Amino acid sequence: MPLTREQIAQRIAQEVQDGYCVNLGIGIPTLVANYIPQDKFVMLQSENGLLGMGPFPTESEVDPDLINAGKQTVTALPGASFFSSADSFAMIRGGHVDLTVLGAMEVDEQGSIANWMVPGKMVKGMGGAMDLVAGARNVIVAMQHTDKEGNSKLRTKCTLPLTGVKCIKKIVSDFGVIEITPQGFVLKEYAPDLTPEKVLAATEGKMTIAPDCKAMTF
Amino acid sequence: MSKKVFKDAKSALFDVKDNMTLILGGFGLCGIPENSIAVLRDMGVKGLTCVSNNAGVDDFGLGQLLQNRQIKKMISSYVGENALFEKLYMSGELELEFCPQGTLAERIRAGGAGIAGFYTPTGVGTLVAEGKEVKNFEGRDYVLERGIVGDFAFVKAWKGDKFGNLVFRKTARNFNPMAATAGKITVAEVEELVEVGQLDPDQIHTPGVYVQRIFQGANYEKRIEQKTVRKG
Repeated sequence: MPLTREQIAQRIAQEVQDGYCVNLGIGIPTLVANYIPQDKFVMLQSENGLLGMGPFPTESEVDPDLINAGKQTVTALPGASFFSSADSFAMIRGGHVDLTVLGAMEVDEQGSIANWMVPGKMVKGMGGAMDLVAGARNVIVAMQHTDKEGNSKLRTKCTLPLTGVKCIKKIVSDFGVIEITPQGFVLKEYAPDLTPEKVLAATEGKMTIAPDCKAMTF
Repeated sequence: MSKKVFKDAKSALFDVKDNMTLILGGFGLCGIPENSIAVLRDMGVKGLTCVSNNAGVDDFGLGQLLQNRQIKKMISSYVGENALFEKLYMSGELELEFCPQGTLAERIRAGGAGIAGFYTPTGVGTLVAEGKEVKNFEGRDYVLERGIVGDFAFVKAWKGDKFGNLVFRKTARNFNPMAATAGKITVAEVEELVEVGQLDPDQIHTPGVYVQRIFQGANYEKRIEQKTVRKG
């Protein structure tokens, strides 16, 4: 069995270090917050202008002036700050955010990512994604390894309009943990019920198996 | 300074004309200038270029101006919550310039700060950089983006005084402070208009020099796009 969305999030949470400022995108990345250990001091950044984002509010705490980048009502934790969009992206573009986690439609073996547009079909826009991949020191992509027809989303070269060029170093997919090196994809960990060979077979881009590649445990 | 104070949105927006460029604060439906947008809709001004991170939803925010076909062009980073927008864009009735969110914030900031353009790493090698100058600094490519100035800027603040000093609330700040600097005429609507001297100078987010007109808004709906709650 490939990993569930929750297991992908759980694995990514292991990358979050004490003291980090982290920006979590919409979808699986949002779930990462649920798995960050309580003993780590982590500040979540929401690019609409909040550092120190807390959980969803209780019914009585709902405040239309307090939302996250997904336009969901949220809360602010002790130590939080509010700021303008220009300040928010100064943090992001200026490399002050330690880790960004976002979703993708495609990532290629050079680390380029596409996640904002399907020509003729989906025109929603890139939001803050282009700034995030250009600016964060460390970008992890949470994604499904293949599409519904089983086609690999880890490509030799992205076919969709790009969000960023050569900016992704690590992917956690439902098939495993993949690093991107000058030699292409390197499989570091694989989902418990898969084999490295199965992951390789499901990947279009050039992929090698790391010497220390191991099965994931949950 | 009392010349800045108008009684409502209608009187403050009296000289907005067709084909103008408008910069609007807000993120989604949070912190949008609700009263000004309603008056723009009622005035029926057309051919507008609207610079705004989002385009509202079908029946609220800038969605109301889209319904009336008053907008010729949008400059935005994300328009995903608006089905009408997609339809108008796909059919060619609406021009769209996608601009990454951080680049958009900085373009408005630059426009207000007298900066014609700046180099950013965001969007290099993507559709966004097509046709724009790319320059290498210390081994990394950056794309030239231009500042934006609007004929008008419309912003929404929590509190303001009669000189135009503004205080925003929580994440309703978003694009409003930059938008306030980038209008040839900036119109601020506030939930509470107070006398000069009643705001703590240390707590002011937007100094009044940027604001030409201010009024106390009415009937704020503050619609929530995604109400998410946990059990208390």
